[in-house]
Amino acid sequence: MELELSSEDAAFRDEVRAFIAENYPQEMRVPNPETDLTKEQSLLWHRILHKKGWIAPLWPKEYGGPGWSVTQRFIFEQETSRAGTLPPLAFSVTMVGPVIYTFGNDAQKKKFLPRILSGEDWWCQGYSEPGSGSDLASVRTKAVREGDHYIVNGHKTWTTLAQHADWIFCLVRTDPAAKPQAGISFLLIDMRSPGVTVRPIITIDGSHEVNDVFLEDVRVPVENLIGEENKGWTYAKFLLGNERTSMAGIGRSTRYLERLKHIVKTEIGEDDPTFGEFIKEIARVELDVLALAATELRIVAQMSRGINPGPAASLFKIRGTEIFQRIIDLTHQAIGNYGLAIREHPVSANRFMPGPDSGHTATEKYLNSRKLSIYGGSNEIQRNIIAKAVLGL
Amino acid sequence: MDIQLTEEQELLRSSIQRFLREQYDFDERRKIVATDEGWSRRHWKSFAELGLCAAPFQESSGGLGGGSLATMIVMQEFGRNLVVEPFFETVVLAGGLIEDVGSPEQRQAFLPKVMEGDAIWALAWAEGRSRYDFNNVTTTARRQGDKFVLSGTKAAVVGAPWADKLIVSARTSGQQRDRDGVSLFVVDRHATNLHLQSFKTIDGRRAAELTLMKVEVPASQMLGSEGEGVAALEAARDRAIAALCAEAVGAMTELNSATLEYSKTRKQFGVALGTFQVLQHRMVDMFIALEESISLTQHLNLTLASKEPNASKLASGAKTKVGYAARFVAEQAVQLHGGMGMSDELNVGHYFKRISSINIQFGDPAYHLMRYAQQS
Repeated sequence: MELELSSEDAAFRDEVRAFIAENYPQEMRVPNPETDLTKEQSLLWHRILHKKGWIAPLWPKEYGGPGWSVTQRFIFEQETSRAGTLPPLAFSVTMVGPVIYTFGNDAQKKKFLPRILSGEDWWCQGYSEPGSGSDLASVRTKAVREGDHYIVNGHKTWTTLAQHADWIFCLVRTDPAAKPQAGISFLLIDMRSPGVTVRPIITIDGSHEVNDVFLEDVRVPVENLIGEENKGWTYAKFLLGNERTSMAGIGRSTRYLERLKHIVKTEIGEDDPTFGEFIKEIARVELDVLALAATELRIVAQMSRGINPGPAASLFKIRGTEIFQRIIDLTHQAIGNYGLAIREHPVSANRFMPGPDSGHTATEKYLNSRKLSIYGGSNEIQRNIIAKAVLGL
Repeated sequence: MDIQLTEEQELLRSSIQRFLREQYDFDERRKIVATDEGWSRRHWKSFAELGLCAAPFQESSGGLGGGSLATMIVMQEFGRNLVVEPFFETVVLAGGLIEDVGSPEQRQAFLPKVMEGDAIWALAWAEGRSRYDFNNVTTTARRQGDKFVLSGTKAAVVGAPWADKLIVSARTSGQQRDRDGVSLFVVDRHATNLHLQSFKTIDGRRAAELTLMKVEVPASQMLGSEGEGVAALEAARDRAIAALCAEAVGAMTELNSATLEYSKTRKQFGVALGTFQVLQHRMVDMFIALEESISLTQHLNLTLASKEPNASKLASGAKTKVGYAARFVAEQAVQLHGGMGMSDELNVGHYFKRISSINIQFGDPAYHLMRYAQQS
């Protein structure tokens, strides 16, 4: 399904398509870009987009955004994900960047925004804690003001790619006496500060994507506070809204659906008793993608008329992750006995993996995709949001 | 139909439970999986000393006569503790086949070592294009005098890197998909011209792709009648499914109790997770899934024990129903544990992975649903 494009937008789409085809680094086309690339490799595309001025579609022009319309942003998102490009680090570009230009002061904008755009600074997100998952407002990491510094103590967890990070944006408690949401501040912490320790968490797919981050008497200059003290929850909610917008993941689902079809076609004979079942299941999930894509297009059209999408992000997050999990699940089933095999980490091309090349990452993807319904606000929480904000229950 | 264990069966179960509790906790299991070999010969010998390896075999074969119910008891406890040692491959699959279709000489030659824990076996039936179909065999076995010469490749043979002996299906006559003409052979794992490419499995075990390049096997090593291997494999699959369902029940039991415990202790928004109705209902559905799985697993094992004729259809039914139930329980256990469910450190993800692999071994739920339907 396509948005009905004006001739200008159609030309823009062709331009994006051609740019990706000509410039996406071959080096980044590995079996599983999320786990198989070094930090430097994963920044290659970021730098190319930066040079082109396309690194931050969301950002206003004055801060280095390309000045695109809602439709153009949507086209760019669609084309890059359809082409299977690795998106620039969301924590930097999509999450902390907008918080800084929306709520930060001029000095902060000047210091951080250019380095986010260029890829010089790698950001990670200090939100979750062992005791604060869905209930994010209960964060306990403490920041106590001492002259020109905050002294920060606490334990952040599930911190994605903290092992590469130069900076972490943290929710910290600055007023222990206030109501949970009212005592939180938004603090930017240099990962090289004394007292910051990163410990890897290995997940069930064997990969090292997330970490524990321990903060022990970390001295953070007061100038790294975003906005006002104790107003951090407002900024955090603003950021989470951004995080969920891109979660429909139509391009990604479409791409994995094509791969699933290819595997079913090449690995399962038409006379196999389950062939018909796969065809039916694929059709079912294709209709799910179609319905979500149509919903996304409807909301994009509304947004370009200036209508606030409201909690549509929650709908995208729920359906986008459920659909992708289903596609990944079917892909794992489609490779049959070879679904028993899993790549060892760290990944090496020298290790033997059985079965068709197209199926080599199916098992680890199946395991890894279980996180989608948990992170970024679990799907149960998203349903609560819709129940409350849309249905008024 | 609830199975009341006999005194003997109760003793078997409690001795396994005691051993696993004392010597096979999750940390120990993690260490075993991380070794180069990936399994523990020491624990395997202990299992044999406890009588587990002899438990299911008939007394006439030198076993303890426990049959499918003894297998069920062992597999359920192994499922609860995520045991990786190849009881399923050696005792249930290979031992079962040898006892079922082996000649008296073969039973005499192979079973004592299996029962004493001195031989490890693996079963190589699958091929790259076969999916879950026993008929679909391209590996050939050509007779040359008093030998057969085997050539071809076998896929995803779980436990092959650990095995001393392999049972390999190969075509002695007929076309690729013919039911007739598939025969079974006992092949030494170190046989000349047999090559293994090993890999790790999702559940922490080892498996291999086998390449046979004119492997010579004495005719006396053919297991069962020439050309009738598929029927033997089908009967082996029924026993395998009964065992895997029991293992799944063991894993689900642990997942449900861990999830329930977590939901009572983990607090968010100032209250225990278990106070949220949406999660209560989810856990009720997990409970129901387990209850139904226990029932079907017992039903199948009793049917096999009494040698009733409809076991094969029931086996496919149980593989389907228990498979879907186990997947639901595993996915929800991870979901309800949140981030912790995704971590390698917690056992929940490892039960999830074992259940994923159970659902592939000998056919996934979708395959067995179709097989069940076709037998109706």
